Amino acid sequence: MEALQILERVKNRFGDRVLEISEKKPDPFAVIDPNAIVEVGRFMNEDPELAMDCLSNESGVDYKDRVEVVYHLFSYQHRHGAVLKVKLPRDNPSVATLEGVWKSANWMEREIFDLLGVNFEGHSDMRRILMPEDWIGHPLRKDFVEPPEYHGISTVRESPIVRLDTKKK
Amino acid sequence: MSTLRTEEMTLNMGPQHPSTHGVLRFVVRADGEVMREAIPDVGYLHRSIEKIAEKVGYRGFMPYTDRVDYVCAMFTNQGWGMVCEKLAGIEVPKRGEYCRVIAAEFNRIASHLLSVGAMAMDIGAMTPFAHVIREREMINDLIEELCGARLTFNYMRIGGVAWDLPPGWREKALKYLDHFDPILEEYNALISWNKIYIERLANVGVITPADAINYNLVGPNLRACGIKWDIRKDIPYSVYPEFEFEVPVGNGQWGKLGDSMDRYVVRIREMAESSKILRQALEKIPPGAVLAKVVRNFKPPAGECQIRVESGRGDMGWYLVSDGTGYPWRVHVRTGSFAAMGIIQKLSAGLMIADLVTLIASLDVIAPEIDR
Amino acid sequence: MQTLIQNLIASGAFGKNPPRDLVAAIVVFVMSLVVFLAIALPFAGIVTWVERRVWARIQSRVGPNRVGPQGFLQWLADGVKIVCKEDIVPDEADARLFKLAPFLVMLAFTLPWAVMPFSSSLILADLNVGILYMTAVTALTVVGVLMAGWASNNKWSLIGGVRSAAQIVSYEIPAGLSIFPVVLMTGTLSMQGIIRGQGWAPQHWFLFANPFTFVAANILYMSSLAEANRTPFDLPEAESELVAGFATEYSGWRYACFSMAEWGNLFIIGAIITTLFLGGWQFPHVTNNVVAMNVLELITFSVKVLFLVFLSMWIRATLPRVRIDQLMTACWKYFVPISFVNMIGTAVWVAIWPDGNVAMGYIMFAGAIALGAIFIQRVIYYLRRSQMEVYLNPTI
Repeated sequence: MEALQILERVKNRFGDRVLEISEKKPDPFAVIDPNAIVEVGRFMNEDPELAMDCLSNESGVDYKDRVEVVYHLFSYQHRHGAVLKVKLPRDNPSVATLEGVWKSANWMEREIFDLLGVNFEGHSDMRRILMPEDWIGHPLRKDFVEPPEYHGISTVRESPIVRLDTKKK
Repeated sequence: MSTLRTEEMTLNMGPQHPSTHGVLRFVVRADGEVMREAIPDVGYLHRSIEKIAEKVGYRGFMPYTDRVDYVCAMFTNQGWGMVCEKLAGIEVPKRGEYCRVIAAEFNRIASHLLSVGAMAMDIGAMTPFAHVIREREMINDLIEELCGARLTFNYMRIGGVAWDLPPGWREKALKYLDHFDPILEEYNALISWNKIYIERLANVGVITPADAINYNLVGPNLRACGIKWDIRKDIPYSVYPEFEFEVPVGNGQWGKLGDSMDRYVVRIREMAESSKILRQALEKIPPGAVLAKVVRNFKPPAGECQIRVESGRGDMGWYLVSDGTGYPWRVHVRTGSFAAMGIIQKLSAGLMIADLVTLIASLDVIAPEIDR
Repeated sequence: MQTLIQNLIASGAFGKNPPRDLVAAIVVFVMSLVVFLAIALPFAGIVTWVERRVWARIQSRVGPNRVGPQGFLQWLADGVKIVCKEDIVPDEADARLFKLAPFLVMLAFTLPWAVMPFSSSLILADLNVGILYMTAVTALTVVGVLMAGWASNNKWSLIGGVRSAAQIVSYEIPAGLSIFPVVLMTGTLSMQGIIRGQGWAPQHWFLFANPFTFVAANILYMSSLAEANRTPFDLPEAESELVAGFATEYSGWRYACFSMAEWGNLFIIGAIITTLFLGGWQFPHVTNNVVAMNVLELITFSVKVLFLVFLSMWIRATLPRVRIDQLMTACWKYFVPISFVNMIGTAVWVAIWPDGNVAMGYIMFAGAIALGAIFIQRVIYYLRRSQMEVYLNPTI
């Protein structure tokens, strides 16, 4: 099935809980109501014509006015894929976890939590994964400012080129 | 007789443990030699490559992609090139695609060699590792002549590759392939069909096909579960449709389907297939340019797309969001090792401590790819 | 030995009427020291160099070749370096046990040299329970290793120590049972007595005396490898699993004690097998000169032992490591029952042919040669195929 047909099928099933379908090339996507994402996910997983058995990718994007979580679904059975999106407010973004539908969501959601600060409700193990546990802030947020030091380890470095210049003087 | 009170032992395996190579950590709850659970702890090699992408621009990011997976950096190069080309609608010249395939397949052999060699070393056989490093060294020599680097290649560009094949390189490459095919046979005789080796790997860390898909395992790990899925065949990219090659899948010949031995054997067979592809590519390579004309200040139109490329560790997804400026808005790399690490906690229950080492090795987990 | 002591007393080197026991003690002490310092320690050192070179050849590398001719003095350089290293005792460790453990391992390594039959005359003490003594003192290692594992206060060390204890204690049984067939055939436990029961020619060795002894020799060799923590049974110090096992926390010369004992034990394994099954120092009587005869016997013995040492290096470079459950399965389910069968089989054999069956020796020797020929043919096949021809480096 083509990506657009898949999204139409989801639209038919869920009506206005599918907020928007973008037909933009190259990858069309559907924006889903954050409250319905688990239902949509479960439907797409279990529906025999869609049979999205794999959550191939889950990533988050910070758009300065909102945070989006992007789901790339894929079906090994029918060899087709689709893209879903959830738009969340920038302050305390929170959405239900898809861990119950696809196990692979576990680690990818931990990564999004770590780097973008999206809280996944119902997640079994919501901890930081890549950054140290006592890190403050979420690095992939656009307004993230790197702290000058971490436990006494400086994170800024003098440029060696500048130093050579000053030596010359 | 009163029952003996026993308690579990919590072991900290890594990051300074020889088989975690300094970059992984497992918290192992063990009852004697048998593990109850091994909880992976990653992030020791996090270099915020996705954040760097937002700061350095499209062309400037190419050398950084090498560091996403430094064992097979050609594929990360190719992935970044492909995702930019797809968004901007750039056509890569035919010869450029052939150069990409040749470099990438050599890199796949090198990557699989390192994987199977490191696996043998984790099981306690030192000699196979030295032998595969010898073979890998020759591939590194070839690639060095091609692009001037041995590990972080920075060979590809948006729109093609940086340099054409040097004169005489094709003959050298063919000569190496003639040398490599019998070596693979020797390697099998040395280690693959060794009784102890099979006993150590068969029936260890069995992954069912359903679990493999649900946990999003990719590449050789997925194929070892009996699922015939290769991005090169099933979602063809580059010039792969022009080549004839098999997709080896695991068949559970030595134990259960999807055990460590299947994963190992799939890698061995893939090397032979890569060699086949290389022979065809070196045979058929057309003349022409290797790099499409791309504006110096490369700015793809606003939008987003994802591509999938079959790297040494399987399906690697590159997700790019562009806002129309010279800097990517967001880049996300979904790598095979990241997913493979996620399944270790589930598989580890009931295994022995010695098996954890072989399990990590058989999933071919590469730390830079997990942490990025 | 007795005559030497008598002569020393008579010569008056110790004054008039010295206590005889004291003189004997001094003589034994000095001779042991000579054997230990002149044979055991250099051997352990040289074997490390040989092993590294052999490994390097097998792995198509060069190996250490800088210190001395072909790197022969590498072991001295390494020894000097390791003795100069700081001797670290972890704060949390049980310091006394931690410091004591390497000595116990060294003790288990030095004691067997007392009954080592280098030639018909070169033996410190030809005990009438020689082989029994040998197996008893080599098993002392387990105390030292377990102590090291426990005292280090490190979980990896502890697992290594416990693995080692389980392994050594288990493999003592098939090893001990495999000695019985030979004892049954000779009726003695003395090392020299066992060697004198064999001839110099291969068909007169106990290895080829009957099928049971052949199997027993193989089981003894494998069990000895397991007791000495050699690959494929090197679980107690499995590098990729347990860091360095019981030796993880050790450094400097205490660590050297462990590794020296490990390599020195190779010689002891070889000596046991050579004595029991390969005819020991037996050499055809070519001269009446006792000294020349002894030198020839010493060379024969050493060559046989070194061949077995080389074999274990080859095995180490080729085979991967087994898992602990497979190790125990191999011991209790296969080696122990087979050893019992060997014992009973040999007893029956001895009852039927009390003086041995000469024809069987020839048949088995011929069979062994055929097996060896097939093996060498395979080796040569792969040797030819893996010749390096391609040099691709653009800079050379």
